[in-house]
Amino acid sequence: MVPEIGHFALILALCIAIVQAVVSIAGAQLGVKSWVAIAKPAAQAQLVFVVTAFGCLMYAFIQNDFSVTYVAMQSNSMLPTVYRISAIWGGHEGSMLLWVTFLAVWTGAVAMFSKNLPDDMVARVIGVMGLVSAGFYMFILFTSNPFDRLLPPAMDGRDLNPLLQDPGLVIHPPMLYMGYVGFSVAFSFAIAALLSGRLDAAWARWSRPWTTVAWMFLTMGIGLGSWWAYYELGWGGWWFWDPVENASFMPWLMGTALVHSLAVTEKRGSFKNWTVLLAIFAFSLSLLGTFLVRSGVLTSVHAFATDPERGVFILILLLITIGTSLALFAWRAPKVGMGGKFHLVSRETFLLANNVVLVVAAAAVLLGTLYPLLLDALGMGKISVGPPYFNAVFVPLMAPAVFLMAIGPITRWKQANVMDMVSRLKWAAAIAIIMAIVTPFAMGEWGLLRPLGFALSFWVASAVVITLVERVQKVKGPGNYFSKLVGLPNSFLGMCVAHFGVAVFVMGVTMVTSYEVEKDMRMEVGDTVTMGGYTFQFNGVSKVKGPNYNANRGHIKVTKGDDLVTNLYPEKREYLVQTMPMTEAAIDTGLFRDLYVSLGEPVSGGAWSVRVYYKPFVDWIWVGCFIMAFGGFLAISDRRYRLVSKKREEEELAQAGEGVQGATAHKVATSEK
Amino acid sequence: MKARHKRLVIIVAGLAVLGVALTLIFNAFNSNMVFFFSPSDVQAKQAPVDRTFRLGGLVEEGSLKREDDGLTVHFMVTDNANTIPVIYTGILPDLFREGQGVVAQGKLDAGGVFKASEVLAKHDETYMPPEVADALEKAKKQTSASISE
Repeated sequence: MVPEIGHFALILALCIAIVQAVVSIAGAQLGVKSWVAIAKPAAQAQLVFVVTAFGCLMYAFIQNDFSVTYVAMQSNSMLPTVYRISAIWGGHEGSMLLWVTFLAVWTGAVAMFSKNLPDDMVARVIGVMGLVSAGFYMFILFTSNPFDRLLPPAMDGRDLNPLLQDPGLVIHPPMLYMGYVGFSVAFSFAIAALLSGRLDAAWARWSRPWTTVAWMFLTMGIGLGSWWAYYELGWGGWWFWDPVENASFMPWLMGTALVHSLAVTEKRGSFKNWTVLLAIFAFSLSLLGTFLVRSGVLTSVHAFATDPERGVFILILLLITIGTSLALFAWRAPKVGMGGKFHLVSRETFLLANNVVLVVAAAAVLLGTLYPLLLDALGMGKISVGPPYFNAVFVPLMAPAVFLMAIGPITRWKQANVMDMVSRLKWAAAIAIIMAIVTPFAMGEWGLLRPLGFALSFWVASAVVITLVERVQKVKGPGNYFSKLVGLPNSFLGMCVAHFGVAVFVMGVTMVTSYEVEKDMRMEVGDTVTMGGYTFQFNGVSKVKGPNYNANRGHIKVTKGDDLVTNLYPEKREYLVQTMPMTEAAIDTGLFRDLYVSLGEPVSGGAWSVRVYYKPFVDWIWVGCFIMAFGGFLAISDRRYRLVSKKREEEELAQAGEGVQGATAHKVATSEK
Repeated sequence: MKARHKRLVIIVAGLAVLGVALTLIFNAFNSNMVFFFSPSDVQAKQAPVDRTFRLGGLVEEGSLKREDDGLTVHFMVTDNANTIPVIYTGILPDLFREGQGVVAQGKLDAGGVFKASEVLAKHDETYMPPEVADALEKAKKQTSASISE
C-alpha cells in the first residue's frame, strides 16, 4: 500500500509541477496577478508531495519491503538501518528521486525566502524550476520508477554494494546533489531575468546567495567524495580524473566562475551577459553530469549497472534545456547594456581573468571527458584520456589563477595603481619566495614543481592575511583588533576564508604529490618496512565476523624509534550476500601525515601482499575544501542577505544600542561598492 | 583613442592567453590519448608497439599465476577468439577474478607480452565494461562468420 501512495504522490507532484510552470510563467509574462499568486503555494504543495513520495520509499527500505523491486535490488534484511536509508540513493531510481526531492526543496526555499523580491520575478523563477521538475518527474515515472512492484516478492534483498556501506557514502551523494541541483536556482534566476528583460544589479544580488549555497554544497560533496575514494577504495588516491568525478568537477569550475562573475555584476553592473551564460552553463553541466553518471556510456570506477535508454531521455532533457536557454539568451542578450567601464588594471580585469581560466579549465575537462564518447559514438575507435592529460593541462592553467587570486581582493574596482599594489603585496611575495626555498629544503627533497606549489600556497595565504589586516586597520572607532575583525562584513570574511582554503588545499596537494611514499610488497609475519621515519611491522592476520560480512583482519604495529605510534587493523572483507571482496584500509590520521595500510591477498605460507603508504599533509586537501565551503557559508550569512523585510531592518538600525555597530558594518559593506 | 587602445590590448592579450591555453590543451590531449584494443586487434597487429594502450577482455580461467615475490602475476586476457599474455606487478583490484571482465593499461613488449602498469577496478561484480562487452561481441561475430564461410 505504502509504495502505491508514494507512486501516486509522485504523479500528483508532476501535475502540480506542470501547473506551477505554466501558470506562473504565463501569469508573470501576461501580468495576471492571480496567476502569479499561484507560484508559491504550488511550489510548497509540490514539495509536500515529493517529500511524501520520498518518505514512502524510505519506509519501504526501513521495513525491508522486498516486494518493491528497487528495495530488493538495493537492500537486505541484514543491512544496518543507517545503510538501509542511504541505500535509497545507492541506485539509479532512488538517486533520481533524491534529485527531484532536492529540486523541490530548493524551489520551496525560493518560495519561502524571497519575500523581498517582486512577485512576478519569484513567479518566473519558480515557474522555470517547475519546468525542470516536470522534466525529471516524467523521467522517473516513465523510465525509472522506484516504486515498481516485484511479483512474487523476493525472500530477501540483493544487498547494497559493499563499497557504498560506509558513513562517507551516507552523506556524499546528498551533498553533491544539493550542489548540482542548487545551480538550478541560479539558472532559473538567469532565465527569469532573460524572460523579464530586467537584467540588472538587483537580479545579481538576488541570485548571488543561492549560487553561493549551491557552490558550498558542491564543494563539500566533491571533498567528501574524494575523501571516501581515498579511504574506501583501498589504493590511497584522492582524485582519479575519473569521468564521473569530472562530471561533478565541471559544474564546480563553472559555478566558481559564476560566483565571481556575479560579484562583478552586483557591485559594478558589468559582465551581465557573461554571468547569465555562466549560470546556464553551470546548470547544463550539472545535467550533463547526471547524464554521464546515469547513462552507462562511461567506463569508470563509478559505473554501476546502468541503462542507456534513460541516458537518451536525460540527453533529450539536456538538449531542450541548453537549446531553449541559449535561444532565449540570443534573443534577449543584445538588449542588455554593457555596465560600468573599467581600466586594464582593476578588480574587474582580475575577476575576468579568473573567469576565463576557470571556463577554459572546465572546457579542457569537458574535452577530455566527452571526446572519447564522441569517437565511440561515431565508431572511430575506443580511447580513454587518463590523468596525465588532466594533470598536464590543469597545473599550468590553475597556477596563474591561484597567483591572481592573491592580487584580486586587494585591487580596487574600476582602476587600481600598480605601484600601490606592489608595495602592499611585497611581504606576501617575500614570504612566498622564502617558503618556496625553505620547505623543500626542510622536507629533504627538491623537485621542479614543488617550489611553485609552496610559493603559491604561501603567496595566497599571506595575501589573505594582508588583505584582512589592511581592512581591519581601516575600521575606525573603539574596539580591539579581534572585535573589529569580527565586525567586518561576513561576505568579505567569507571570501578571505575561502581563498585561505585554496591555500591549504594547494599545500596539501603539493606535499602529498611530492613526498608520499607508496609500497606494495609481500610481507611475512614479523616482516618490517620503514618509511617516513615510521616502522611498520606485520603481525599476521586473524579472522573476524561483521554483521553482514566475514573478514581477515591484519595487524600492523607502527613504531617511530622505540615508541609505539599506533596499531593498524586493515581488513579484507567478504560480503555474504554479494560475495564480493572488499578492502578496508586502516589509516592513522595526523595533522601532518597519514599512515595508510591495506591488505592485498594471501600469497603463500601466512604471507600477504600489503600496501603501505606514507602520505604527508594529505588531509589538508579535504580540510582545504571544507574551509572553502565554510567561506561560502560565511558569505551568505552576510547581513545584507538577512531575511528581514526592509522595514524591520530600518527599525533595527534606528535602535540606539546596535545602531552604531550596525551602521559601521553597513557602511563597510556599501563602501565595498 | 586611448580607451580604444586599451581595449585592444585587453583583447589581444586575452586571445594570446587563450591561444597558449588551447595549444597546451590539444598538445596534452594528443600525447595522452590511450586507445583500446581487444586481444584479436592485438593479434592482428593493430595495436601500437611503443605506446600505452588499454587491453580488455576476460581473464582466462586457470591462467592466473603468481611469482614467488607474491606481487608479480601472469594471466591471459581473451575475447574467446584470441588470447594475449599479461604481466603485472602490484596488488590486483578486489574484483579481479578468472572468468571476469578486465581492462589493463600498459605496453606490448617485443615478445608479445602485455606489460600492464594498471589493472582497472570496477565497483560492481555484475558490471561488464562496455568496451569489453563490445570486444567480446565483435570476436563472437567474427568467429561465427569464419565458421559459416
